[in-house]
Parts: sequence; C-alpha cells; structure tokens
Amino acid sequence: MSAEQVLQYIFAGITVGSIYAFVAIGYNIIYSTTGIINFAQGEFVMLGGMISYSLSGVMPLFPAIVLAVIITSLVGGLIENVFIRRMRKTSVMGMIVITVGISILLREAALYIWDEQIRALPFFTGSEISSVSIFGARISPQVIWVLAVTSVIVVALFFFLKFTLSGQAMRACSENPSAARLCGIRTDRMVNMSFMISAGIGALGGCVVSPLTQTHYAMGSDLAIKGFTVAILGGLGNPIAAVAAGILLGLIESFSISILPMAFKDVISIAILLIILVAKPSGLFGSSQASALKDY
Amino acid sequence: MKRYKSVIILLAAIILIQLSAVLLGKAFLLTQLTMSAYYVLVAVGLCMVMGYAGQISMGQAGFFAIGGYTTASLTTINFAEKSGTVLYKLLDSMGLLISKETLYGDMHIYLNPWITLLAVILIAGSSAYVLGVPVLKLKGHYLAMATMGFGIIVYRLVLGSKVFGEADGISNVPAFPLIPGLEVSGDFQSRISNYYIAWTLVILGMILLINLINSRVGRALRSLHGSEDAADAMGVDTSRYKVIVFVIGAIFAAVAGFFMTHYNGGIGPSEAGVLKSVRYVSIVAVGGMANLWGALIMGLVLNFLSLRGVFGHLDDAVFGVVLVFIMMFMPEGFICKSFWKGLLDGVRSLLKGKKSSDGISAVSEGVSGE
Repeated sequence: MSAEQVLQYIFAGITVGSIYAFVAIGYNIIYSTTGIINFAQGEFVMLGGMISYSLSGVMPLFPAIVLAVIITSLVGGLIENVFIRRMRKTSVMGMIVITVGISILLREAALYIWDEQIRALPFFTGSEISSVSIFGARISPQVIWVLAVTSVIVVALFFFLKFTLSGQAMRACSENPSAARLCGIRTDRMVNMSFMISAGIGALGGCVVSPLTQTHYAMGSDLAIKGFTVAILGGLGNPIAAVAAGILLGLIESFSISILPMAFKDVISIAILLIILVAKPSGLFGSSQASALKDY
Repeated sequence: MKRYKSVIILLAAIILIQLSAVLLGKAFLLTQLTMSAYYVLVAVGLCMVMGYAGQISMGQAGFFAIGGYTTASLTTINFAEKSGTVLYKLLDSMGLLISKETLYGDMHIYLNPWITLLAVILIAGSSAYVLGVPVLKLKGHYLAMATMGFGIIVYRLVLGSKVFGEADGISNVPAFPLIPGLEVSGDFQSRISNYYIAWTLVILGMILLINLINSRVGRALRSLHGSEDAADAMGVDTSRYKVIVFVIGAIFAAVAGFFMTHYNGGIGPSEAGVLKSVRYVSIVAVGGMANLWGALIMGLVLNFLSLRGVFGHLDDAVFGVVLVFIMMFMPEGFICKSFWKGLLDGVRSLLKGKKSSDGISAVSEGVSGE
C-alpha cells in the first residue's frame, strides 16, 4: 500500500466517521437529558438529506439546507411532544419498543413520500470530479465541508452547554431532573429542546454527507447501530469523545475494506460494538467511575 | 389437566379452522396458516425471553436465519456427483443419505434433514449461549442494541457469502421426510398434512413452555422479573436462568426457520432482516409481553394478514403503528383482561347514556387500574 493510498483510506474513514459522529452526538444529547436511547436517531439523518434534496429543487442549496434542518428539528420536537412525553412512566423496554416503532414510521413515511430511489444533494463546491490535493492524496472538497461542519458543531455544542443558560439548564436536567425542577427549570421544555437539537444536528449531518454517501429511505437503521457503536465506543454523554470514536470507527471500516470483502465491513464494526459492550461498557474515553452510576 | 385446557381448545380450533377452510372451498388459505404457525413458534419463544425473563431480544430473525440457512446449505449439497468420495461412503453406510429423482430424471442424493435438524439445534443453541452469557449481563438499551447487532451480523453474513447465495438466497431445498408418507414440503397435495405438522409443532412448543413456566425455572424467572436483585439475594442463579431461556428462545426460532425453509423450498436474506426481528418484538408486545397465548393469537392474526397481503405495501408500517399504539395506549397488550373489561365497561356506560365516560378513557382507566 502506497503512502497516497493510505492517506486516501484515512480521508475516506474520517468522512464516514463524521457521519457516525453526527448520529452519536444526537444520542448523547437525548441520553444525557432523558436517559433514553432514541432508536430513531438515524432517521433524522435520512430526513435531513431527503428534505433538503426536495427543497433544493425550488430554492438555492444553502437556504434549502437551513430549512431542512429546521423542519427536521421540528419533527424531532413533535415526536417528543406526541409520543415520548406520554411515555414517561413506562419501563426501559417500553421506551425501546416505542422509539423503534417511531423509526419504522419515519422510514415508511419517507418511503411513501420519496419512493425507493437513491438521492444525493449536489456538491457544495465544485462537482464529483473536482478534487483537492493534500499530501498527494486527492480528496473531494466535500470532505473538507464535512470536517469543517463537524468541528463547528462540536465547538458550538460545547459552548452552548457550558455558557448559555439553556445549555446549563439542560445539563442540570441530566444531572438530577427533580433537583432541576425544584430550581425552577422546566424539565419538559428541556427534554423537548434536546430532541429538537439532536434532530437538527442529525439532519445537518445528513445534508453535508449526502453528496458523498447518498440518501436512501432505509439508511436510518444502519446508521442507528453504527452511531450507537460510536457513542458507546466514546463513552455515552461526551460529544467530543463521540467524534474521536466516530473517526476511529470510520478508519477501521475504511481499512477493513482493503483486506476483507466490502460486505463484511459492517460485521467488523458491529463485532467491535459487541466486544466494547461486554468488555468496557464505559467506552474508551469514558471514566469507569462516572459510568458506575449508569444502569447498563 | 387444568393446565392444558387452553391447549385442548387450541387443538379444537386448529381442527375447526382446517375443516371449515376445506368445506368452504378455501383450502388455499391453509398455506398462509401453515407459514403463520412457524412465525408463531418464533413469537412464543421470544415471549419467554421478553415477557417471562424480561430480556429484550432484537435479533430473533438472526436465529431464524441460522436455522433456515444451515439446513438449506447442507441439504442442497448433491452427493450424486461425489459418489466415489470417502465422505459419501461413510454417510451412505450410516444410512444418512436420501436419494430422490428430480423433475428432469437426474438423481439428487442429499443429507437426511434429521441430521441437519440436529445441527440446527446445536448451532443455534450454542451461538445463543456464546452470545447470551456475556450479553445478558447488559440491560435495557444496551441489550437491545447488542442483540440487534447480532441480528445485523447474521444478515450481513448471509447477504455477503457465496455459500448462502448472497441476495438470491438458497432455493430447491428438498423435502423433509418426517415418517414414511409424511413430509414437510410445499407440495400442493400435502397441504393439509403440512398444516397439521406445523400446528402440531406449535402445540408441542406450547406444552413445553407451559411446563417450563410452571416449573422451578418458571418460578425463578417470575422472581427475576419482579426484582432481579431480590431474586439474586434469595439465591436464584439469575444469570443462569436468563441464559437458559435465551437459548430456548433461539432454538424455537431456529427450528421454525428449519421447518419454514423445507416447507417453502428455500430461504432468502430478507428473513434475517432487522425489520423481521422488530416484527417478532411487536407481536410479543401486542400480545401482552408475558402472555404466551397473546403472542400465539396475535402472531397468527398479524402474520396471516401480512402473508395474505392485506396490508399491501404498508406491511412494515403496520407493525410500526402497532408498536407505537400499543406502547402508548395499552402497554399490557391487546389480549389482556383489563383491556377488554375496560372496553366492556365503556360500552356499557355508553349504552346507559352516562355522559361522563367515553370508550377510550374507560379503556385507559381499565388498563391503568389493574
């Protein structure tokens, strides 16, 4: 394997890893305010890609993406309002079952609206064939877009959670919901907000990678499990670790293609999930002390 | 004997359904009823895992596929071309080969499916054990994702392997001769006998599970479901029982896959898909989680309607709606006393003309009131 080839694989891995990170960040936000793993998280990515594709037919690309992100986050808020809020007192199994049900509904709705065709947004800058040369490897400018958006999201999320009042209120809810309520924080609104934010982030991810990886109505469930693998690998509740883990998983998958048949790349990443779950459920970057408080 | 009252009612219903289907000239319905029976077998096995042991499994279709693909790949090897080999002589001398003339007059010599059935049970049981021992230590979301991951691994392996026919699956799987004159096959002539074979299997499965629930294991499981820590403290080996039930559920699914494959004469990768696993979960949920008969009835009804194409292209959406609706409005499932009691009370008060109660609120009161 030549150095350029290695670099090519690395960039491919980082790109795929970023999309996993988008899903994992979404898991993190909802998990840390509610303790729910939203199985419909991958569907938000699909919705973002699909809606922006449809909108880009009637308006320029960037407003279309903004609008798609807004619509998807409204869908996320609506889902929380209609389904999740009424489910508070049920068991974890009930919660799993309902989010799986929601993911099927979103997926079937997408099938109904957009049919089975595979779609892709146009490249943000340049076209399929334009490329930038970095250290001898040729990569699409879209990859740079993906990396830039991922870093902006992570930084923005960090500042939002650390320094804004809403962000602090959200963290308070995740630490101790009843204490947060006593302090006058409206936990209901915070949970709703966490669904909206994670749906919006997922949708944005769906838009930026759509030119590279395409959008398909059934892509959600695959992304859901990969995103979960990344969230676990990084340690739940830590967005920066999620990005690191996402890129790690992307790299592993990307290099596995050079050794094994294409069809087995999922097998490897899911095997990693099983191993991590069994061996170190606190994740690579999570502290085992903090995770001792969680319920595995 | 009281324990088996429902089993006897089931037996009577099976006979009644068969007779009326034939008498009404709708014998073609027996095909879907037979296939439903095999899916029901998966559902009641999963019901033990989810309802009684309280462990969610989103990878049941993976075990179904293990059963189907194991027997399909082993029985489609034609030994007629290998008649000189040592393996052939060995198997032949043990009487493990069956020869049959194909449609075109060629000889098809294949492994006796009884051997592959044994292989299916061993492979499914041991893979469930190997998966279950570490994975069942996890709870809730983690367990759901881990079992779903297992299901996806199986799906990817069958989709990506030449041995398993990739996207085409395996076809031309020979019949499974149970006893002389009785075989599991999609043959038009043996439709009625196949209907009875399938439902006999369900009845045997039910008897086994009912006995399991009423045994020491069943009592241990109930204590586990109430509070795992308390059960642990009482000296119940909770992790062992969880694994036992998981293995039993897997074997049920794999045996169902085995029979279904011989009945259909083939199997495809869609049987291993995640949506199939979700479908089994929704059947158990709508049946009322810890309710074997609920799983049986809803499994029969939903699968029959789905196989008849009643839902059309909304097939998967129906199961999604079922999941969401059941969890929100009747978490105890459709087949539970409180739901029907609540409905009955609602209707009764409506008839009396009480303005304060409508059917829905009475139902939800009935559900939450238990």
